[in-house]
Amino acid sequence: MAVRRGGEAADLADAGVEALATFAQLLAGGLLTGLVFALVAVGLTLIYGVMDVVNFAHGEFLMLAMYATLGLALLGIGPLVGLPLVALALLLFGIVVYRVFVRRLLAGPPEATVFGTFGLLVLMQGLAQALLTSDYQSAPNPPLQGTLRLGPVALSQATLAEGFGALVLTAALFAFVEYTETGRAMRAVAEDRIAATLMGIDVQRVNGLAFGIGSACVGAAGALLMLSYPVYPTAGVPFALTAFVVVALGGFGSIQGALLGAVLVGLLEVFGGFYLSPELKMVPVYLAYLVVVLLRPQGLLGRR
Amino acid sequence: MHARRLSALLAAAFALAAVGGGGATRAADAPEIVIGSILPLTGPSAQTGAGLRTAQQLAADLVNGHVSYPLPMAGKSGLPHLGHARIRLAFADSQGKPDQARAAAEQLITQEHAVALIGTYASSTTATASQVAERYGVPFLNPDSSAPGLTARGLKWFFRTTPHDGTFAENFFQFFNDLKKKNKNLGVKRVAIVGEDGLFGTGASDAEEALVKKNGYELATRVAYPATTSEVNAEVQKVKTSSPDVIMQASYVPDALLYMRGYKQQNVAVKAILAQDAGFIDPNFVKTLGADAEGVFTREVFSLEIKHRNQAVPLIDQLFRQRFADKPLDGNTARDFMGVLVLADAIDRAGSTKPDAIRTALQATNIPGKLTLMPWNRIHFDATGQNDGGVGIIEQVQNGKYETVWPFDVAVKPPIWPMPAWKR
Repeated sequence: MAVRRGGEAADLADAGVEALATFAQLLAGGLLTGLVFALVAVGLTLIYGVMDVVNFAHGEFLMLAMYATLGLALLGIGPLVGLPLVALALLLFGIVVYRVFVRRLLAGPPEATVFGTFGLLVLMQGLAQALLTSDYQSAPNPPLQGTLRLGPVALSQATLAEGFGALVLTAALFAFVEYTETGRAMRAVAEDRIAATLMGIDVQRVNGLAFGIGSACVGAAGALLMLSYPVYPTAGVPFALTAFVVVALGGFGSIQGALLGAVLVGLLEVFGGFYLSPELKMVPVYLAYLVVVLLRPQGLLGRR
Repeated sequence: MHARRLSALLAAAFALAAVGGGGATRAADAPEIVIGSILPLTGPSAQTGAGLRTAQQLAADLVNGHVSYPLPMAGKSGLPHLGHARIRLAFADSQGKPDQARAAAEQLITQEHAVALIGTYASSTTATASQVAERYGVPFLNPDSSAPGLTARGLKWFFRTTPHDGTFAENFFQFFNDLKKKNKNLGVKRVAIVGEDGLFGTGASDAEEALVKKNGYELATRVAYPATTSEVNAEVQKVKTSSPDVIMQASYVPDALLYMRGYKQQNVAVKAILAQDAGFIDPNFVKTLGADAEGVFTREVFSLEIKHRNQAVPLIDQLFRQRFADKPLDGNTARDFMGVLVLADAIDRAGSTKPDAIRTALQATNIPGKLTLMPWNRIHFDATGQNDGGVGIIEQVQNGKYETVWPFDVAVKPPIWPMPAWKR
C-alpha cells in the first residue's frame, strides 16, 4: 500500500516535471515565434508611422525578398551572406515603388492608398505565379539547421537567428529614427507634414526613404525566413496577416510597439494552441486585438 | 480531258488518305461512338488537364488501334461487338469551375450526343457535372476525384474507379495487419492524428479516427490546425505529450516541413509517420529535409514500379512520354487512361449505345487488377457505383527516394520499421 502510494506520488511528481517542461518549451517557442513576427512587422509600422500608408502588399514584398534570397542561394550565396544584398535590393525596390506609384496615390483620396497597395498585392502574386510557377522552393543547404538544447527546452538555430535578427533590426531602426538627422526629419513629417515642408524638409524625399527603409527591413526578414521556410507566390500571406494584427496591437507607427505586439501575439498563439486547441489558436490573438482596439484604439504604445 | 481525270484521281487519293490515316478501312461504314470528356483545360489546373487529356486520347487510340497490350479492349480495332466502331473523345473545358463543368456536361450530352461522360479531376466539378448526367440518364465515369462523398449521393448513373480518401486511410490499417503477419510485435497501440482543418485534412482525419477505433487502437490525440499557419509549436507539443506510437498526418508543403522540423527538434519518437501524400510527396519535401525525411511513409495512387505486376506499365509510360514532352505517367494520368478503357469495355459488352444497356454493362464490370495499370485488386462497382477493388500503395523515403513498400506484391523494397531515430 505504502509502496503504491509512493509510486503514485512519484508519478505525480513526474507528471508535474513534465508539465513544467512543456510550459517552458511553449514559453520559449512563443517568445521566439513572436520575434519572428516582429521581424516582418517593423518595416510595416515604419512606413505607416511616417506617411499613414498601410502597405497591403507588405507580404508580397516579403515574398519577393524570399525569391531574391533563393536566387542568390542558387548562385552559391547563402541566406546570411545574401542578407545585406537582399536588403539593399529591397531598399531600391521600395524607393522605386514609392516614386512611381505610392507618391501618386498620396495625392488622391485616403482610400487610394488602400486600393492601390492592394492592387499591387494582386499584381505581384500574379506575376510570381506566372513567372516563377506556384511550386514550393527552399534554399539549398541553408546553414543553422541544428537544434540548441537548454535543459528541457529545444530551440531551432534558424528560429533563434531569426529572433536575434528581429532584435537587432528593431534596435537599429529605433536608433535611426531617434538619433539621426534623417530619422528626426521622418518624425517631423510624421507629426505634421505641412510644418515639416515649411521647415525646409523635402517630404517626398523623406517619404521615399521611409518606404525604402521599411522595404529593406522586410528584405532582411525575407532572407532570414529562408532559413526555415519555403518560398511560393503566396508565401508572404500568413506573415503579413499576423503583421497587420501586430502593428494594430502594438500601436500604429510605433517601432517598440511592434516588438511588444509581436511577442504578445506569439505567446497568445502558442499558449492558446496548446491549452485551448490548435484549431482555435488565433482566437486569443484576435480577442486581445479586439480588447485593445476597444479600450485603447491607438494600440498599446501608439500615440494619438 | 486528261486534266479532269487527273484531278478526280487526286481527289480520290486524298479521300483515301484521309480515311486511311488511322489505318482502319472499316471506319467509313461503322458508326463513331462519342464519349464526352470534361477536364480543366484552362484555369489553374490547366497543366494537369493537358496531361489527362493526352492520357485519355492515348487510351482511345489504343482501343481503336490494332496493337495488343495486357489491358482491357486495347488493340481490337474499335469495339468488336459494335462492328468495330471507333470511339471518339469529345473534350469540353471545365475551367476547374463547378458551373462551367455543369455547362460542359450539358453541351456534350445535347450537342455532341455523347453516350457516356468521363471526368472531371476536381471533386467539386465532378459533383456538378455528374448531376447533369443523372438528369439526362447518361452514364458518368469518374476516374480521378477522391472526395468520399461523391459516391454517397445515391446517384444511379455515377461510377467511380479510383479509391477515395477513406480507402487510403483503410490502407494504413491493412498495412499494419500485413506487417503484423510478418513481424508479430509491431508496437503500435496509440495513434495521433494530425490534419489541416480544410476539406482535405478534415476528410482524411475523420476517416482515420473512425478506423482507429474500429480496429481496436487508441486515439492518442487529434490535432486540427489552420493550413496557412507559420508555426506549429503548440501542435507539436500536443502530439509529443500524447505519447503516440504512430502519427497519421494530412498536410500541405509548408506545414509538412514545419511539423517534420518540430518533431525532430522536440525528439518526438514514433515508430512511423504515415502521411496522406500532398505535402509529403512534393518534390520539395525530400530535397529540403534531406536525411530528416528518411523513413517517412506516405500513400500514393500509382507507381511505375507496378510494372512488376503488369508489363504494360512501362510501355504505356513510353507512349505517354512521346506525346507529353517526356513527362512520365503519374497517378492522375494513369487513372484517366484506365477510365477510358473501362468505359470502352462496358460499351462493347453492352453491344449497344443505349444508356440503359451501358449502365447495366458497367454494373457487371469485373476487370482483374493484373489487367490494369493500377495497384488495384480489381475494377468492380458496388451498389453506390464505387469501385470496391481499389487500393492505394504506400511508399517510404529510403535513401532519399520514394520506394514502394506496400502492397507487398508490388513492393520493390521491404519497409523499414520502425523508422530511424532522428539524427542529431
